[in-house]
Amino acid sequence: MPKRTDIKKILIIGSGPIVIGQACEFDYSGTQACKSLKDEGYEVILVNSNPATIMTDPDFADRTYIEPITPEIVAQIIERERPDALLPTLGGQTGLNTAVAVAEAGVLEKFGVEMIGATLDVIKKAEDRELFREAMGRINQRVPRSGIARSIEDCFRIAEELSYPLIVRPSFTLGGSGGGVAYNREDLEQIASLGLDLSMIHEVMLEESIIGWKEFELEVMRDRMDNVVIVCSIENIDPMGVHTGDSITVAPAQTLTDREYQEMRDAAIAIIREIGVDTGGSNIQFAVNPQTGEMVVIEMNPRVSRSSALASKATGYPIAKLAAKLAVGYTLDEIPNDITRETQASFEPTIDYCVVKIPRWTFEKFPGTEDFLTTSMKSVGETMAIGRTFAEALQKGLRSLEISRYGFFGDGRNRLDSDPALVEPEIIRSRLRTANSQRIFYLAAALKAGFSIEEINELTGIDPWFLYHFDRLVKRGREIEALGPLFGSPETAAARTDLAEELLRAKRDGFSDIQLAHMWGWKEDQIRSLRKSLGVNSVYKLVDTCAAEFEAYTPYYYSTYEEEDEIRSTDRKKVIILGGGPNRIGQGIEFDYCCVHASFALREMGIESIMVNSNPETVSTDYDTSDRLYFEPLTKEDVLNIIEKEKPLGVIVQFGGQTPLNLAVPLAEAGVNILGTSPDSIDRAEDRERFQVMLKKLGLVQPPNGTAMTVEEATKVAAEIGYPVVVRPSYVLGGRAMQIVYDVDSLAGFVRYAQEASEGHPILIDKFLEDAIELDVDAVSDGHRAIIGGIMEHIEEAGVHSGDSACALPPHSLSAQLIETIKEAAKAMAKELNVIGLMNVQFAVKDDELYVLEVNPRASRTVPFVSKATGLPLAKVATRVMLGQSLDDQGIFDEPAPKHVSVKEAVFPFNRFPGVDTILGPEMKSTGEVMGIDSEFGLAYAKSQMATGEMLPLEGNIFISVRDRDKKMAVKVARRFADQGFKIIATRGTAQAIAEAGVEVETVNKVFEGRPHVVDLIKNGRIHFIANTSLGHRTVIDSISMRRTALLYKIPYVTTMAGALATAQACEALRNHKITVKTIQEFHQVD
Amino acid sequence: MESKKAILALADGKVFQGCSFTGPGETWGEIVFNTSMTGYQEVLTDPSYTGQIVSMTYPHVGNYGINEQDMESERIRVEGFILREYHPVPSNWRSRQALSEFLTAAGVLGITGIDTRALTRHLRERGAMTGFISTEDLDPDSLVEKARRAPTLDNRDLVKDVTCKQPYVWVPDENGGRREFNPAAIEDWTRTRGRYRVAAMDYGIKFNILRLLAAHGAAVLVLPAATPPDEVLGYNPDGIFLSNGPGDPAAVTYVYENLRGLLGQRPIFGICLGHQMLGLAMKGSTFKLKFGHRGANQPVKDLTTGKIEITSQNHGYCVDMDSLAGQDIRLTHVNLNDNTLEGLADEKRGFFSVQYHPEASPGPHDASYLFERFIKLMRK
Ligand SMILES: Nc1ncnc2c1ncn2[C@@H]1O[C@H](COP(=O)(O)OP(=O)(O)O)[C@@H](O)[C@H]1O
Ligand SMILES: Nc1ncnc2c1ncn2[C@@H]1O[C@H](COP(=O)(O)OP(=O)(O)O)[C@@H](O)[C@H]1O
Ligand SMILES: [Mg+2]
Ligand SMILES: [Mg+2]
Repeated sequence: MPKRTDIKKILIIGSGPIVIGQACEFDYSGTQACKSLKDEGYEVILVNSNPATIMTDPDFADRTYIEPITPEIVAQIIERERPDALLPTLGGQTGLNTAVAVAEAGVLEKFGVEMIGATLDVIKKAEDRELFREAMGRINQRVPRSGIARSIEDCFRIAEELSYPLIVRPSFTLGGSGGGVAYNREDLEQIASLGLDLSMIHEVMLEESIIGWKEFELEVMRDRMDNVVIVCSIENIDPMGVHTGDSITVAPAQTLTDREYQEMRDAAIAIIREIGVDTGGSNIQFAVNPQTGEMVVIEMNPRVSRSSALASKATGYPIAKLAAKLAVGYTLDEIPNDITRETQASFEPTIDYCVVKIPRWTFEKFPGTEDFLTTSMKSVGETMAIGRTFAEALQKGLRSLEISRYGFFGDGRNRLDSDPALVEPEIIRSRLRTANSQRIFYLAAALKAGFSIEEINELTGIDPWFLYHFDRLVKRGREIEALGPLFGSPETAAARTDLAEELLRAKRDGFSDIQLAHMWGWKEDQIRSLRKSLGVNSVYKLVDTCAAEFEAYTPYYYSTYEEEDEIRSTDRKKVIILGGGPNRIGQGIEFDYCCVHASFALREMGIESIMVNSNPETVSTDYDTSDRLYFEPLTKEDVLNIIEKEKPLGVIVQFGGQTPLNLAVPLAEAGVNILGTSPDSIDRAEDRERFQVMLKKLGLVQPPNGTAMTVEEATKVAAEIGYPVVVRPSYVLGGRAMQIVYDVDSLAGFVRYAQEASEGHPILIDKFLEDAIELDVDAVSDGHRAIIGGIMEHIEEAGVHSGDSACALPPHSLSAQLIETIKEAAKAMAKELNVIGLMNVQFAVKDDELYVLEVNPRASRTVPFVSKATGLPLAKVATRVMLGQSLDDQGIFDEPAPKHVSVKEAVFPFNRFPGVDTILGPEMKSTGEVMGIDSEFGLAYAKSQMATGEMLPLEGNIFISVRDRDKKMAVKVARRFADQGFKIIATRGTAQAIAEAGVEVETVNKVFEGRPHVVDLIKNGRIHFIANTSLGHRTVIDSISMRRTALLYKIPYVTTMAGALATAQACEALRNHKITVKTIQEFHQVD
Repeated sequence: MESKKAILALADGKVFQGCSFTGPGETWGEIVFNTSMTGYQEVLTDPSYTGQIVSMTYPHVGNYGINEQDMESERIRVEGFILREYHPVPSNWRSRQALSEFLTAAGVLGITGIDTRALTRHLRERGAMTGFISTEDLDPDSLVEKARRAPTLDNRDLVKDVTCKQPYVWVPDENGGRREFNPAAIEDWTRTRGRYRVAAMDYGIKFNILRLLAAHGAAVLVLPAATPPDEVLGYNPDGIFLSNGPGDPAAVTYVYENLRGLLGQRPIFGICLGHQMLGLAMKGSTFKLKFGHRGANQPVKDLTTGKIEITSQNHGYCVDMDSLAGQDIRLTHVNLNDNTLEGLADEKRGFFSVQYHPEASPGPHDASYLFERFIKLMRK
């Protein structure tokens, strides 16, 4: 039956900012959905607050609202747009929850909007743990025993019945936030109270623990004729107890017999029918008792998910695209399989390779939180690798992680190899027993130390199937190592007849050239050239959904070492784009956005675009984004292999963030043509000394600075420049281990901390510019002329990492003259560095003096934001520039001058990391961003806050507590709030300053001053907004409990006075205006 | 595991290198590929694979070992087994034995380390063909020659090699069921009350068909393939089942000629070769598919309901849809990948059949409703 013609206009809700548990995968699925619904002739209306997404590009939906995803705003959009249907299943948990709220508020009924994909009933049945259990009972599926609690008292009562340990799981939350394992009464109280709070309906479920059972997922699709297919099975290497998002997983399932697999498949089909998802995809999780085969159902997500994105990439079956088509009435047998063309989507993909997904964590950024994994997800990204065997895929996956590792072990980068203290048996045991981000490497260490597979199985619960492969790799490692002395040097080895065979065997197990080089004491390049001379080369195979049963037309490749190479090369002009690898803090979706734009621009120019990336969540790894896709690690070895096969015109390294940028020099040395800004220019911007020379030449200034290798040197340098100083390691990303140091006493500690983060590299020490305004500038240059894409004025002062501070475009407090100076400075640097492509500069303005903080001759995190704010697609312009089209050729003369104000705000993962301070500093901690756009700053800022989930108060009590330096500003903030009728509450010193200025204020105790104190007030719901700054380490620790409480109780808070003032402005704007909504297309039209 | 170099040579001259994981040996047969990701034990023991060497497209095989319940006949039936990566240490609570032990004990050669994807692509392009594997003769030219000289499946009666020699009764038990040849049991069977008496013609029947017939309330008597029609009817069954089986359907003339004597006499349900026998009994013809359908993901459309079933398949021959034109029968199922015939029915004479495997094992259970349909047909 064909698609529905009774609906014409469809509203899609996106998933908002990137947070832990909800990342780019929803841009991937949303983009697919928008594209396919538009292709079908529907008018697509989109709401998503995340500017870094491809889906919010003006061409993807007919009308795009970059507005907060709140029920109120979505209701307004519905009223304005009058869509026929709402598709809630593509925007993750956010999309689903918002749709539920809008439906329950009666908005859909009022405006005659039909929910398609999943109805309200279905969503509730799947998401409400109690309803779900009942449903499972009806179809005789076992679920873990459990009880539902709505209060702590309920919890204790249920605990009596079920016995510890207990799994605490809140209803309607995502990525397991607010959940955990309670081993005793105290744990239970702590975890459950948080969970109750985070649950949208104040409900948690306590569950019998089945920690250690095998965990599986099935991706299921169903159409309205009740045809059901299983797209993919996924097996978690980490058993139950570790969130699937934090587990290393494998596709397809490895340890199930057909009988067990089919039983699971039958259950999945029964479940999707019972829950009633009648068009679209669902993810269903199961656990299996390894001793008895008993199977239980864990949960179902009635929507596309992180796992469905993974399943799509793992099989080539585009779940989100099909979900969208099924939602408008197609059936599976009416939709062609893009990859084989001759067959339809109504089949089950079968694969002839092994896929391994490995999560990427960033515990190092959150000191104070322990590195262990539980039922609540903590990873910020993931990488996927494809190999013909598990061993090969695992090692490829580990070198895709971007943690400077090149395999399971033996790459010379493993601290466990070099530090015997770390591999004491007891330490190994404890690191194996409790899952953690390093467990995979401890597994290698344990096997090397002679632990038996049985013991490791007992400690970890990891299935012996996987342990066998780990063990085999360790044994292979020993064999390979033993060849070292036999082979001697590359010269002597070349004479041996067994060399080629041994190399090939090692490559087939996924060993990298770096591992081999390390184990044999050679250089990576020596391995490579020997390999080449012996013809031991990678071949490329297709991901084709059907294990080669049918011919495939989609060029989606992975490498392996086998006989047949399936690459169909062309003679067309082609360019390789290197992607950014797994998401992590500091390098995320923004860079993928740029890569995707590069690909689109190339295709528009008639040049074949070839994407290389290893991140399964992204749009860049969608098989139809580029002309060819290589799902491969971004290492020199893997990339060079592809370049040698494809022989492109050149390679684009400046869009994928630091990952490809780091490859620029090695690739150039290997003779690869790097398009755009030369590696030498990149080096001039990154190398401290060369950079200083350039600034001097241009008459620009930097904050006074110096470098040090030791604490003593650092003390000397700091004394020379004067405190406060910024201390940071070199060669790191996202402000890693960067600290502001106010006095000599605390210097040594911070220097050591920085040294740990980047061993063997100098420590950089800068004069800290206090109370300076920070600016971000994005420009694009063709080598002759540069244009400024946008100048962003940060809300927070310098000292808060640019990725973490809010910013406004255009700047709201700078003089026209200063803006001119900034533009001139940026252009002068672009010219001097001979930038061809994108460039980002961070400036600080203090006392009307302009300082250059850093220059990045590459795409920056703000490129998508600027493009959305101005309508100028910077990354595309830059791509064309890199391929020789000057700005003149492109007809780009005017710099954009938008009449509206755009505000970017960062979103933080603090709620995932218990005990971590929420204060902002020079080390970046945010995972994502939102955008607010409106006619004036106050409204745009208010929208940005709403979009992060912050509910700005319109009345009530404002709490202010600041360090001395901020007292003057505190008065200003207090007055601004008081004028609006808010009541001001402050700690003693701050209160005094405010009172002296004649503003009415109530004094409250600090936590250590006795009760009732400020935390009591927060808990009692008496405080509606918090502005708190603190100085140095001492007060920071004193005020942590207050900030954590605010976080838990969801009280909006800011940790800078600039932020407080902006909030006051936003509250004012909210009180004076009704929020209105407008599409990005309308905003761009006006300009 | 002792690994011994092995060479696989195809009749068209293509040669692959790997090694044996079952010790030394030599074997030959038609090389076919199976795309199921699970279910190797069922594949190995499926009598329909007689005369064939199976290459699994999924690389890791052996993962969960061999157990007591997942047998599809009493022994291994394939002539050889080709893998990309043999997994020697099974992990599954039901496992009793490693795959290599199972193969070795039966003297069946298994080889690993083959670029099975390249092999699949080759067969897809060139069609199914004979192959010869050896760990003894490692001269590719000589092996290619041997492969060329080996007989093909065409016009060979393989049913006679796999059918039971004596009738037996299927007795369900905790492991799924067992065969009972005791004549007393057959006597008992003829007196069955409360269950439908099904006579199953054994052309190479899979145990799971028997398990499912039993589970759906049938008492099953299994008869040798060549049992004449009056003898079959002499047992006075309520219904007749025609099983799957190996080889070229056109070669077993006696089977479909016998079948003509049963049409219209009792409700009949046929699977795979049983379906082809019905097609031939109806004066239709069969043809050889280029490389066959072997896997667990084949979409079949039920033309009556419009619904799609994901089916388990294993066949190299197919009933020609056009050859049945003009006949008074209904085409009920069609393969969505290549539009070949998957099912037919004749309501008047009370028979129906499918080309695919509703008994799955391995594969999805989507089509198990057909067993109910058979029971219903007997009820009438
Ligand atoms: N009863 C249980 N015993 C042990 N671990 C559990 C149990 N229930 C869930 N888990 C673990 O918690 C993780 C998260 O639970 P899940 O219900 O999938 O929540 P989410 O909605 O966050 O994905 C699962 O992936 C699993 O590893
Ligand atoms: N000298 C300085 N004075 C004040 N703030 C600074 C200074 N240097 C850096 N910062 C702050 O630290 C943040 C991170 O520094 P930056 O050099 O941009 O590191 P990254 O390369 O990690 O982005 C900047 O965004 C800025 O807020
Ligand atoms: Mg889950
Ligand atoms: Mg920076």
